[in-house]
Amino acid sequence: MGAAFTTASSPPPLLMFLADGSGRLNLPTIALLSVVLLVLAIAYIVGQVLRQQPETSVNAAVVRTFNRRVRAWWMMCAILVFGFLIGNVGTVVLFAFVSFWALREFITMTPTRRGDHRTLFWVFFLFTPLQYVLVGMGMEMGTELEMARKRQELYELYTILIPVYGMLFIPARIALSGDHKRFLERSAKIQVGLLICVYALSHAPALLALELTRSATPGRQPWQGNNFGLLFYFILIVQLGDVFQYICGRLFGRHVIAPTINASKTWEGFLGGILCTTLLGTLLWWVTPFQYWESACMSLIIAIMGFAGSMTMSAIKRDRGVADYGTLVQGHVGVLDRIDSICFAAPVFFHLTKYFFSAA
Amino acid sequence: MGLTVPVLAFLAKLLSGATVRWIDCQPDTCQRVYFANHTSHLDALVLWASLPREVRALTRPVAARDYWERGMVRRHIAKVFNALLIDRTKIKVHQSPMDLMIREIGDTYSLIVFPEGHRSTGDEIGEFKSGLYYLGKKRPDLELVPVYIDNMNRVLPRGEFLPVPLLSCITIGPPMWLERGEPKTDFLIRARDAVRRLKEL
Repeated sequence: MGAAFTTASSPPPLLMFLADGSGRLNLPTIALLSVVLLVLAIAYIVGQVLRQQPETSVNAAVVRTFNRRVRAWWMMCAILVFGFLIGNVGTVVLFAFVSFWALREFITMTPTRRGDHRTLFWVFFLFTPLQYVLVGMGMEMGTELEMARKRQELYELYTILIPVYGMLFIPARIALSGDHKRFLERSAKIQVGLLICVYALSHAPALLALELTRSATPGRQPWQGNNFGLLFYFILIVQLGDVFQYICGRLFGRHVIAPTINASKTWEGFLGGILCTTLLGTLLWWVTPFQYWESACMSLIIAIMGFAGSMTMSAIKRDRGVADYGTLVQGHVGVLDRIDSICFAAPVFFHLTKYFFSAA
Repeated sequence: MGLTVPVLAFLAKLLSGATVRWIDCQPDTCQRVYFANHTSHLDALVLWASLPREVRALTRPVAARDYWERGMVRRHIAKVFNALLIDRTKIKVHQSPMDLMIREIGDTYSLIVFPEGHRSTGDEIGEFKSGLYYLGKKRPDLELVPVYIDNMNRVLPRGEFLPVPLLSCITIGPPMWLERGEPKTDFLIRARDAVRRLKEL
């Protein structure tokens, strides 16, 4: 894998680094990135123009949602691009901060008791960083057999860290605090927060450590592209899934799926959304190690998982009686609102890719 | 000293994820008494840190001498944010804390006080001590500004020394004054309601 970040000194280092065939960014990735940035720039201009329109001619709430979304996408692009420039480990660190912030929002919204304080301390300052340290340690390793074995061991460890050891630690530590009121409920809440915000999301940067091959069937040809493209593809498909479901829902939405959970999610929006996402995902096969039909299947699964993620997070929000994580404490951006679908899609996409398109 | 203030303020804000809301009130360097509910040792530090820099330079939190003079770190922090330390154990008639505060602020400084007198568990705001009333009576020109600090008791509750970085919120409300001839108990209840009202906004 092209993980080694070459600190080229002669001519403009950035250009060297972009042009370098073994570098981190290959041509398809740059092409995709440029297209996305162009679309975002257009979206930004459109949003600003719409904002200037008189209130009566456009739906102000829709414009506001749109502009907030565009801003979040710029932020995501900035994080991804910056991460790629500073290296794989840098990307892992940036994702760790996103997780940390999301967990912060999750736990702030969840009522915990005084007795959970020390458990929460370890959740924030031990489990969250440790998960990402384990993911990050798999990044800068060579392709030799020995290294592949080490990477596999790390994978096995970070796969069970939170589901197993977290699950053992959290209730035990709460029990030590001596407060038994709603004990199971409190343990479960903290565990779920950790699983969604940290464990699930950490599978997205973990994609960077995979040693990708063309396809499972004909002799496992190594893939010549780079994993950054795959991660970008993944985030892009999740976001497109959100957008298409929103658009289809507004255009054709008739039958609401679960009115008490989320009144804006309709069957028409869901089906139309995953259909559009699958089509567009198919067209993007060239950034990935997948063939076009494999890319179609992957996009379909990503779209469905993204949908599941936003439904689940809506249910949690309804239960807590908050509209958005952003309004939880006024002025905060609501990271969790933006990454809910990524969190749910990441582990599934990671495992499918690992089982069917990875050498190890 | 020059560097510690911004660093400390930044750390306090980062750790407590504090959002500051000014409701019917604007930051101003005029002399004020910010009075807030008290649930955590971080309250004074975070409220102080969330004021704009020029206001912060003129604002002194009132704190207990027996707590803030114990140990090097605390003493240093108290010095950095220019805390006005009150001796809770040696309160005399002629040397009351109110006189000390009024003498110390002169005609430049503002104060941060916690009229509950001690940290509550965070569910309900405790009864206010009468100090706020005497401040308002002796210095009718001071603006009394209610502040509600939300969620800080979960960041660093009573009896804990390791913080959990949740998101908290500081709401600063409209100034109030002691009305002419207003009885002490009425005023204290009114002040407490002013803080409690900010919780709902």
